[in-house]
Amino acid sequence: MTKQTNRKTMTRRELLSRTAAVGTLVVFGGGIVAAPDGAWATEVTTISEHEMATLIQMARDIYPHDKVGDEYYVTAVKGYDSEGSITMVSEGVAALDAMAKAAGANSYIETKWEDNRVDLLKQIEDGGFFQAIRGGLVTGLYNQKDVWPIFGYEGESFSKGGYLHRGFDDINWL
Amino acid sequence: MAKFELNDGDVVVVIGTGAGGGVLSNELAQKGVKVVALEAGGRYLPEDYVNDEWDSFGQLAWTDARTTSGDWRVSKDFSGLPAWIVKAVGGSTTHWAGASLRFQDHELRAKTEYGDVEGANLLDWPITLADLEPYYTKAEDKLGVTRTGGRPGLPGNNNYKVFEKGAKALGYKEVHTGRMAVNSTDYDDRAICQQTGFCFQGCKWGAKWSSAYTDIPRGEATGNMEVREKSHVARILHDDTGKVTGVEYFDPDGNLQMQKARVVCVAGNSFESPRMLLNSASSMFPDGLANSSGMVGKNYMRHMTGSVYALFDQPVKMWRGTTMAGIIQDESRHDPSRGFVGGYEMETLSLGLPFMAAFLNPGAWGRGFTTALDGYENMAGMWIVGEDMPQESNRVTLNMDVKDQHGLPVANVHFSDHPNDIAMREHAYQQGQAVYEAVGATRVMPTPPYPSTHNLGTNRMSAKAQDGVVNKWGQTHDIENLFVSDGSQFTTGASENPTLTIVALAIRQADRIADEIAKGNL
Repeated sequence: MTKQTNRKTMTRRELLSRTAAVGTLVVFGGGIVAAPDGAWATEVTTISEHEMATLIQMARDIYPHDKVGDEYYVTAVKGYDSEGSITMVSEGVAALDAMAKAAGANSYIETKWEDNRVDLLKQIEDGGFFQAIRGGLVTGLYNQKDVWPIFGYEGESFSKGGYLHRGFDDINWL
Repeated sequence: MAKFELNDGDVVVVIGTGAGGGVLSNELAQKGVKVVALEAGGRYLPEDYVNDEWDSFGQLAWTDARTTSGDWRVSKDFSGLPAWIVKAVGGSTTHWAGASLRFQDHELRAKTEYGDVEGANLLDWPITLADLEPYYTKAEDKLGVTRTGGRPGLPGNNNYKVFEKGAKALGYKEVHTGRMAVNSTDYDDRAICQQTGFCFQGCKWGAKWSSAYTDIPRGEATGNMEVREKSHVARILHDDTGKVTGVEYFDPDGNLQMQKARVVCVAGNSFESPRMLLNSASSMFPDGLANSSGMVGKNYMRHMTGSVYALFDQPVKMWRGTTMAGIIQDESRHDPSRGFVGGYEMETLSLGLPFMAAFLNPGAWGRGFTTALDGYENMAGMWIVGEDMPQESNRVTLNMDVKDQHGLPVANVHFSDHPNDIAMREHAYQQGQAVYEAVGATRVMPTPPYPSTHNLGTNRMSAKAQDGVVNKWGQTHDIENLFVSDGSQFTTGASENPTLTIVALAIRQADRIADEIAKGNL
C-alpha cells in the first residue's frame, strides 16, 4: 500500500484549515500527520497516515512522558514508514483497531482514555508487533539528545572539563 | 615495537590484553621474555573514547554472537548479550569502574568456611591471602589504587553524599569513596580525576587505570612485546607429546595464521577462554584442551548483582562525577545468621538516561516505568555485588548450531541463580532500600542484574587436578606450557570486584613463568 506523496510544504495556517482532529493528532489526506496546533507535521510515503498516527499514539502510550512533546515520539517511530515495515505495521494496526472496535470505539486512536488504550496494548504486549515498537523506542526515544534536557540529563561533560569545578558535589538539601 | 616471526617458537603467546593478558604481557616483557599478544579487538585510546552510552557501546563492546540459556533474566531480556565486556586492546579495563578491593582471607577458603552448601560446587583456593598479599601491594601500586599506599581517597560526588548519609543513618561503619584505580592526585603519568562521569565508556582523561594506555605501551617500549590487534584466535595447537606448540588465529584480513609459541597464556575472559580451549579439541584431547577434569567451562560465576535506584523530592544529578566512587563494606562478611553464606558490597553507581531506560526494568512500559524516568534528575543509585555460588550446571559450552563471523562455534552461557544467591540479593535489596529511605527517598526500585561484567570461574584453580583446570600458578593441570591468566581461573568469586585480583595473579604468574623459563622448565 503506497501512499501518494504530498511534497508541498504546508504552512501552519494551511495545516490548521485542513484540521480533522482524531485523538490528540491530526490525520488528513496527502500523507500528512500533524499536531492539532500545527506545531509539527510529518509526512508518510509508504504507510498510511492513520497507521503513522496510530504508531505515534502507541509510542506515547507505551512510554508516556507528559513533559515530552509529540515531536520526539514522531522522530522515534518515523522509521516505520518504510517498505520493510509495511506488513508488520498494517497487520498490527488493523488488529489493534479491531480490538478497539470490539471495545466500542472506532479505532485505537479514537479510544479516548489512555487507560483504555493501555488495556488494548496489554492484549498484544507479548506479540511481535508490540515488542518491535516497544524495543525500538528504548533507543528511538531515549537516545535522542534533544530529549535529554527534558529529564535534566546533561550528557557528556568532557568538553566542559568535567564537573570537578562545576558542581559534582553541589547537593544542598541533605 | 618488536615484530616477531610467525615461526619464532621462542615467544610466549598471550591471548587477550585486558587486566590479565595486558598486565601479564607487560610484566613478562619487562623481564626480557619475548611476548606476542593476540587481541581480537582494535586499539582505542582516551582521545578515541566517546562519552555517549550507545555510541561507546558500539565502539567498545564485545558484540560477536553468543547465546544464553538458564533461568536468569538476562537470558530473556538480552538473549544475545550475556555480558557487557569489551573487545579492544586493553579489554574490559577500558570499561571497568575502577573498584579495587582485596579478597578477604575467609573468601579464599570458601569450602572450609561455608561448609557444604547444597547444589554448590565450593572449593578452597589453593593459595592463601598471605600468598597474594605482596602481589596485591604491587597491583595497588601499579593501578594507583586510592586509600592504599598512602594515596588519598577520591572526593564524594552527589550520588555518594546521598549514599553516605543513608549508610551512616543505618549505622554502617565501613563507608567511604572506595579504593579506586582512579587518580585522586596525579600519579604515574596519569591525570587526576575530573569528575566527568562516563567511567564505563573509557576514561578520556586517562585518570582511571587501563592496560590500554599503561601496561601495553610500556611493554611495547621494551622491544620484547608485540601486540597484534584484530587477531581472533581460532584454536591452540599441540604436538603428540601433549605440549602446546602455537596458536592459529584469523588476522585482520580474515586469513588464518599460525604463531608458534613456547608457552601459551589464555586471557580472553570467562566466556572466550573456555571457548578457545573447547574449540581446540583434537583426537588426543577430544573434550578440549586441559579438560581431563571436565571442568573447562563449568562453575561459571557472575557475582550476585542487582541495583537499587531511589527517587527523592529534590535533585541529585547522580551522573556527575566518578561512576562508582562510594562503598559500604559492612555486609561483606560471612554471617550465616542473615540466611546466606558469604557477603556483598554496596557501591554507588549511575547510568545515563539512555542506559537507565534500557536497564532499569527491561521490557517494562507504561506509567509505572516512565514516572521513574521522569524523576531521573532526582535519582540516586547503587550496585550490589556479592559472592555467588559456583554450580557445575552454570557453564559455558560450545553452541554448534551458531557460528561466529569466522565460522567458529560460539559460546552458550547457561546460568541460573543458586538459592543462596537469591537470598543474598533479597537481603541486599532490603538494605539498599533502607539506605535510601533513611535519607527520605520517595520511591525505591530494586533493579535486576545487568548483562554480566564480572565473569569468573570457568577454568578454575584447584589443588587437585580432578577438581579444576589450573594449579595455583594458573598453569593447566594437564599441559605444563599452557596457562590461564584471567578471571576464569577464580576458584570462587568472593564479594569483591575482581580486577585487582586478576592483576595480582597476573603479576604473580609472570614471576613464575619467567622463573621457569630461566630454569629451563618451560
